[in-house]
Amino acid sequence: MTHSELGQSIRAAAAGIAVTGVNLSYGATHVLKDVNLTIAPGEFFAFLGPSGCGKTTLLRLIAGFNIAQTGRVEVGGTDISALPPWKRDVGMVFQSYALWPHMSVARNVAFGLEERKLPRDEIAARVDQALDLVNLKHLKDRRPSQLSGGQQQRVALARTIAIRPKVLLLDEPLSNLDARMRVQVRRELRELQQELGITTIFVTHDQEEANTICDRIAVMNDGRVQQVGTPMGVYDAPDNLFVAGFLGTANILDGHAAQGAFRIAGGGELPLRAGQPVPDAARMVFRPQDARIERPGAQAPAGYVALPGRLRHAEFLGSQLRYALAIGENEVLVDVPHHSGAARFGAGEDVVLVLDNSRTLLLAA
Amino acid sequence: MQAALPLPAARTAVATPGQWLTVGAIAAFLTLFLIVPVAMVIIVAFQDPATGAFTLVNFADFARSPLFLRSFGNSLYVSLMAVVWATVFALPLAYFTTRFEFRGSAIIQTLGVIPLIMPPFAGAVAMQLLFGQNGSINLLLDDWFGFRLPLMDGLNGVIFVQSVHYFPFILINVTASLRNIDRSMEEAAQNLGSSGFRLFRRIVFPLAMPGFVAGASLVFIKVFDDLATPLLLNVKDMLAPQAYLRISSIGLKDPMGYVISVVLMVFSILSLFIANFSTRGRDYATTQRGGGGLTKRPISGLDRILAYAIITLILLLVLAPHVGLFLLSIATVWSYAPLPDGYTLAHYARVVTESGQYIWNTLLYSSLTGAAGAVIGAAIAYIVLRTRIPGRHWLDYAASAALAVPGVVLGIGYLRAYFGVQLPNGQSLTSLWIIIVIALAVRRLPYALRACMAAMQQISVSLEEAAENLGATKASTIRRIVAPLMTGGLLAGFITSFATAAVELSATMMLVQNNADAPLAYGLYVFMQSPAGRGAGAALGVIAVLIVGICTYLSQSLAERDRRLKAGS
Repeated sequence: MTHSELGQSIRAAAAGIAVTGVNLSYGATHVLKDVNLTIAPGEFFAFLGPSGCGKTTLLRLIAGFNIAQTGRVEVGGTDISALPPWKRDVGMVFQSYALWPHMSVARNVAFGLEERKLPRDEIAARVDQALDLVNLKHLKDRRPSQLSGGQQQRVALARTIAIRPKVLLLDEPLSNLDARMRVQVRRELRELQQELGITTIFVTHDQEEANTICDRIAVMNDGRVQQVGTPMGVYDAPDNLFVAGFLGTANILDGHAAQGAFRIAGGGELPLRAGQPVPDAARMVFRPQDARIERPGAQAPAGYVALPGRLRHAEFLGSQLRYALAIGENEVLVDVPHHSGAARFGAGEDVVLVLDNSRTLLLAA
Repeated sequence: MQAALPLPAARTAVATPGQWLTVGAIAAFLTLFLIVPVAMVIIVAFQDPATGAFTLVNFADFARSPLFLRSFGNSLYVSLMAVVWATVFALPLAYFTTRFEFRGSAIIQTLGVIPLIMPPFAGAVAMQLLFGQNGSINLLLDDWFGFRLPLMDGLNGVIFVQSVHYFPFILINVTASLRNIDRSMEEAAQNLGSSGFRLFRRIVFPLAMPGFVAGASLVFIKVFDDLATPLLLNVKDMLAPQAYLRISSIGLKDPMGYVISVVLMVFSILSLFIANFSTRGRDYATTQRGGGGLTKRPISGLDRILAYAIITLILLLVLAPHVGLFLLSIATVWSYAPLPDGYTLAHYARVVTESGQYIWNTLLYSSLTGAAGAVIGAAIAYIVLRTRIPGRHWLDYAASAALAVPGVVLGIGYLRAYFGVQLPNGQSLTSLWIIIVIALAVRRLPYALRACMAAMQQISVSLEEAAENLGATKASTIRRIVAPLMTGGLLAGFITSFATAAVELSATMMLVQNNADAPLAYGLYVFMQSPAGRGAGAALGVIAVLIVGICTYLSQSLAERDRRLKAGS
């Protein structure tokens, strides 16, 4: 059997996932709060959020290692909430890889097939095929301790793929690799997922990982799904302050909206766009690349707003300079592209912040 | 580039005179009381008794004797079966308490270790009364169902008593192994479709294997070497009793005792080797970065009831000797009845008035043994870890080699080497009670040494260097810095030695020359020989259990306090 055949058989089995009304508590700690998600067959989906947000708990719930107090989990339209982990056909790659040190690579990969009581020659064929897929066939007789971190991870992946699961769960798969390996492995993961067409959930706290390889992401915080969408869609149109601040860098201005304008705490105001919705306790949000800095006295063109401020310090980041400004009582970051010979501002200088008013957002917590 | 800095001037001497003197004293002690006696035993085993020439004829005689072959077979059989039953007792306790949410895990673990604090031969008589042909259990079984179980008949009795006594070695080791296995190891297997007993057999047990082998080989060797338990149960067809009987009834000249000693030692070394080999390079400790740590699974319904039932049954079984011994010590008459006829404190009165000497001797011998272990152990640890004296590791190796020498063998070696040495008053050197203490100290030294090594490794060298930098000499650094920092470790080592020496009987039995010099364990053995002495023997046994129990508790809490102190600083 070739890769594409394996791909076909997995693709045929690829199933959507639906999580409905899930609440989960450990004692008094409410870890998952009314979680609802729908993941399409063949989709590469990410749970993204800071540590403690419940993303791993949700993943383990799908695998059957956690039990929810309410709600259900469906895979391919079938409710699997009551099934024990070993009857779910939901393949999981553990963060620690969890390779069994007392078995060779081939024995590790064969394990799930043996548990399914497949004929001996089919097991051998599927083990070869799975190891071939991750280019590790030549290491099949090694012990896990004799492999590098990246190789161990590929074995863990092969072990899970070998059982041809309905969905693939990846728990922080890149966190135990060094920075260079991370970039390479995430590309490989994406290629593999495309080739196999398997529905995949990827848990990470690293937005760059999620943005680069996933079709859609669910941003989580404090046990709740904050927003679901494509990486770019969520970045450009965050639903709330947490999402705006967690994805990339965001300037969040204190103040209050009144009479068609947002009055910044400590002075200055921004006109509201016509029909712009104003949530309660809203704050003004914009990205550092959506503003620029000018000398005092500069005029703002149409659609732009000029705000006076004082420059606190500058950080040289290579391709750009990141300036920190005091605007009223707020500190604001502005990214300016750098090229040799470009003019610079110095700490303590009075400057004017020129802001593209069409790119500002009013968001609540 | 800067010029290379000059190397620090080499020290003028490798060690101070005081350090050399210490090395010499320890080397002499180990040579005289470990190497020479053991060498004697080996040499005599290969000597023609008449001419003194090298020969293998003694071993040929051993192999031709049906009695010895049977004894050898029995010893192997009993040791292996003891391992099997100890495993049966230990595995459920270890697995249930580490892997499931379980009320009373801590209590179960503690109760599981209690059998170790009783000398096995002390429990033997009590078990005879509970499980023997006419013991409580069989009387009840006969009454109710009309059959009896041969639990204590012949070799069965030895297997039963030994496995009940030694199973904690497996429990402790397997528990430690299980605690080191990350839960993702099991979850990965479940995720791939494995559960229940298959999960245990294919993943959990193999991962705990190194701990299991270490514990099992310890049980094997302890049972293989034990002298007192088979003798007390009147089983003589085993190797250690045969060695004892040959020497005590035929005499020191008979080579068979030595041949048996060599066989005992070979098996000791073999099982130590197996234990070492099985753990080396197979550190399956898998708690790791990104791992889930150890989480206990909930257990419910029928499984829960079943698990509690199994655990209760095992605990009842392994704690039975304690209960039996206590009942016996306060019983007026107890035979052919499930429970004693009446209760009395007379046995305790008798023990205290008649055999205060045994108790006093035990306290004296054990204290000296503990002190010797701590002092010699600390000295070796210091020399090995803190000096550059050439060959210093040999002190460590030699002291640790005592692990492979069964008590019977050491006793025989002392008799062979020093029975002929006469004191000025015409007595034999081996008739001095201090020889017993030395034998106990040598037997305990490997354990004391490990404790001292561990304690010293926790002290940063820079603490000592700071003292020397401020003008302290080596001697005063040891006195003012090293010794105070090691106190906790030393004290724990002392108490452990004390407790184990208090109930040791194998070497003692060979070396006790008269009742006045005998320790408690020997007195217990003598009492238990006659039915009339059983009550008093049991009372002595209860006292022994109390002494050891209190010491174990003390050493645990000292070690705990020491850990907290160091963690706090």
